Amino acid sequence: MNFDPRYSGRSFSSVGTRPIRPDGVDKVTGRARYGADFNMAGQLVGRILRSPHAHAVIRKIDTSKAEKLAGVKAVITAKDLPDLTDGDAAMYDILDNSMARTKALYDGHAVAAVAAIDARTARQALKLIEVDYEVLPHVTDVDEAMKHHAPLINDAIFTEGLEEKPVKPSNVTKRTQYGHGDVHQGFAQADFVVERSFKTEQTHQGYIEPHACVASVNPDGTAELWVCTQGHFVYRQHCAQLLGMEASKLRVTSSEIGGGFGGKTHVWAEPVALALSRKAGRPVKLVMTRDEVFRASGPTSATSIDVKIGAKKDGTITAAEATLRYSCGPYAGMWAEIGAMTAFACYKLENVKTVGYEVLVNRPKTAAYRAPSAPMAAFAVESAVDELAKEIGMDPVDFRIKNAAQEGTRASYGPVYGPIGIGPTLEAVKNHPHMKAPLGLNQGRGMACGFWFNFGGQTCTDLNIGMDGSVSLAVGTVDVGGSRASLSLVAAEELGIDYSHVKAIVADTSSLGYNDMTDGSRGTFSSSMATISAARNAIKVLRERAAQMWDIPVDDVAWEKGHAVAKGEKHGNLGKLSLKEIAASSGKTGGPIAGHSELVADGAGVSFATHICDIEVDPETGSTRVLRYTVVQDAGKAVHPTYVEGQYQGGAAQGIGWALNEEYIYGKDGRLQNPGFLDYRIPVCSDLPMIDTQILEIPNPNHPYGVRGVGETSIVPPLAAIANAVSNAVGVRMTHIPMSPPRILAALEAEREG
Amino acid sequence: MAGVAVSTTINGDHVEYLCQPDETLLEVLRDRLGLTGAKEGCGTGDCGACSVILDNRLVCSCLVLGAEAEGRQVETIEGMAHGDQLHPLQQKFLEHAALQCGICTPGFLIAAKDLLAKNPSPTEEEIRFGLAGNLCRCTGYDKIVRAVQDAANVMKGA
Repeated sequence: MNFDPRYSGRSFSSVGTRPIRPDGVDKVTGRARYGADFNMAGQLVGRILRSPHAHAVIRKIDTSKAEKLAGVKAVITAKDLPDLTDGDAAMYDILDNSMARTKALYDGHAVAAVAAIDARTARQALKLIEVDYEVLPHVTDVDEAMKHHAPLINDAIFTEGLEEKPVKPSNVTKRTQYGHGDVHQGFAQADFVVERSFKTEQTHQGYIEPHACVASVNPDGTAELWVCTQGHFVYRQHCAQLLGMEASKLRVTSSEIGGGFGGKTHVWAEPVALALSRKAGRPVKLVMTRDEVFRASGPTSATSIDVKIGAKKDGTITAAEATLRYSCGPYAGMWAEIGAMTAFACYKLENVKTVGYEVLVNRPKTAAYRAPSAPMAAFAVESAVDELAKEIGMDPVDFRIKNAAQEGTRASYGPVYGPIGIGPTLEAVKNHPHMKAPLGLNQGRGMACGFWFNFGGQTCTDLNIGMDGSVSLAVGTVDVGGSRASLSLVAAEELGIDYSHVKAIVADTSSLGYNDMTDGSRGTFSSSMATISAARNAIKVLRERAAQMWDIPVDDVAWEKGHAVAKGEKHGNLGKLSLKEIAASSGKTGGPIAGHSELVADGAGVSFATHICDIEVDPETGSTRVLRYTVVQDAGKAVHPTYVEGQYQGGAAQGIGWALNEEYIYGKDGRLQNPGFLDYRIPVCSDLPMIDTQILEIPNPNHPYGVRGVGETSIVPPLAAIANAVSNAVGVRMTHIPMSPPRILAALEAEREG
Repeated sequence: MAGVAVSTTINGDHVEYLCQPDETLLEVLRDRLGLTGAKEGCGTGDCGACSVILDNRLVCSCLVLGAEAEGRQVETIEGMAHGDQLHPLQQKFLEHAALQCGICTPGFLIAAKDLLAKNPSPTEEEIRFGLAGNLCRCTGYDKIVRAVQDAANVMKGA
């Protein structure tokens, strides 16, 4: 969209203030309705039977006993979700993941489902379904899965991206490569070279709300789906295609969402709930248990990464190279590719090369997790950068400042950067009191940088002005963490009215044009762009109405601070008309006043952060304690600074959990050993200190207010910052995440034994 | 299966219901009584999203049977505000933005209410340990701790 290029230094009235969020009272009183809080008359309880095997052929499923149980209204298997994907491989994977067709590909893979009058009956019915499995050898480790004799998960996969077409199928779905220059030449110029291998274990987004939906298919073929999702329009497309429906006949309402972090961008049980409802002829509510959430909804990749970086004595990096292997569950992913793109994005490099491998394993289908793939790549690269700085004898912050990307730098993944914030975040960290605070015995300090692309995408909003002058804003981007407050602020800003007169809602799929997911940190970025555009369209109408009321040409009417103002000396006596006054007369001047906008929000500004943390390590037990943590991140423009801080703190806390404790642990039998919050322990309140934040504002020139996405970048630096801190505390380079007590003790013992 | 007749007090109101012997208090609250403020995050007592106060004791309602509420006092998030007057903790959670997605918020508010009832002037550490049974994945807890500190100050002054 067109915008005022003088965005920089603009003063705002509403944007940048910290009002109470519009959905806040609902949430503190328990009124807000999440996925599992909605009920329909006559609804049944849906439950899913899941494979106990990591890899098995499904020979036969006998559902007859379950069907005969009193109170059971429908039992389905894959044959009730026939393949309508018409050769679309990605959709076929979604279908197969919803309900296994020929093989169970991981512990927790859905194989059948029931709908019954209550939960007890549904649970009993699952026990009566007999599945005849032929158990196959499995592989759950990313490196093991790449070996020649590893069990083959899908014999139709031939590695893409190789120069010669492979003749044998493989667990590697794709090879990707990024970079520029000549790394061989670059390493030849280096005085110091660091080469290291790293591993990270699989983690889960760990949102507190399990997946939940209520599906209701009517006999006329129309259907409703109430669901906790980050993207109800995408859910509509996917579910409609898998069920063989016209998208317009499926109305999807996004409930309040109890956390997503990428894990609610994919359909999981929703097609199953719709198929159950279609078969039973009644609404079906399907809520995953926590065990199911861990076993069968997308965790992130486990990774194995090699990094090599070379630099001259003066600290100039001459070459950087990384090979990244990312597990993607049993279906093709794009995770190593993103890792390869983000790995060196913070730096100005003449010679850089990254190679990514997507690797199938017998684990649940991998889903996006907050800046997907970037934290692991940053862990490997930022650990190596710290080591290299140490070898050269440079301060790690100064070393990074010397090599930081800047405006005009060609990014390691291709494009040339506009104005960016990596340098400013590093300068802020260098000058931060945290960097100068004293440390005690067994304590270490670490810092690290992080990058995320951010995304714009298809966006649509409606801005309706009521006859009382209040404004309702309908957006299609799901509010995962406070965007309704931000968008209300933006509408108030553009119209020049008070925030309290704007109410933003998330509209259902039948009430608004298509919107992409709330992912890529795009919610506030893209919907604010569309809101500004919709508000400007409404202002055009408001000016026309004022011109009518005054009986003067519309070109003589300006819009200032929420009022129509007659321009020019000849109109000097007309004074002003408020938005409220114009709205009150709208019935006499042409009817309702609204502004609409539909756009592809191009120009999402890239985002950078630098984090600092202090850690204490107990050398006897290997346990760690985070003593102090500071986040510095560029927001472009912080629309609601309190929620920007909240995003920074939340991302840091997730990264701390990932760095120190969280991991999927599989047994030799291929079964997940810790599918619950007791054994997969995310940070609790007493694990963390206050998390200090510093918001920088380097405006994004592609957005009228300078906004960049802020949601994801904050999880990118913590793994590396903490690894650097622990390594500094114990004097041993930590190369395996999470740095749980046994792993730290093992590293210390290995060091002692030499 | 025969139902169990239960007579109890919920948020000060006398309530009677029939439930199954194996039905949890959380299921009774949500599915039978329509009090959906308490959330099921885990079903195993690990996340605190279903926290309620039972006879002045903080419990995970997913670990209590519906039948166990017989003759007792249950306090849920729905009883925390009085009319349109929010509890100071609710007000401070709003002012400090101590919620993002909000799914854990009812549990945190109930847990914080219980904490302040027993310790009106908690230190930061006491707040952190007092709320350690409630998981939040969005906020990093910083703003929650600050909201509880602020509410404690307001409640002491009241």
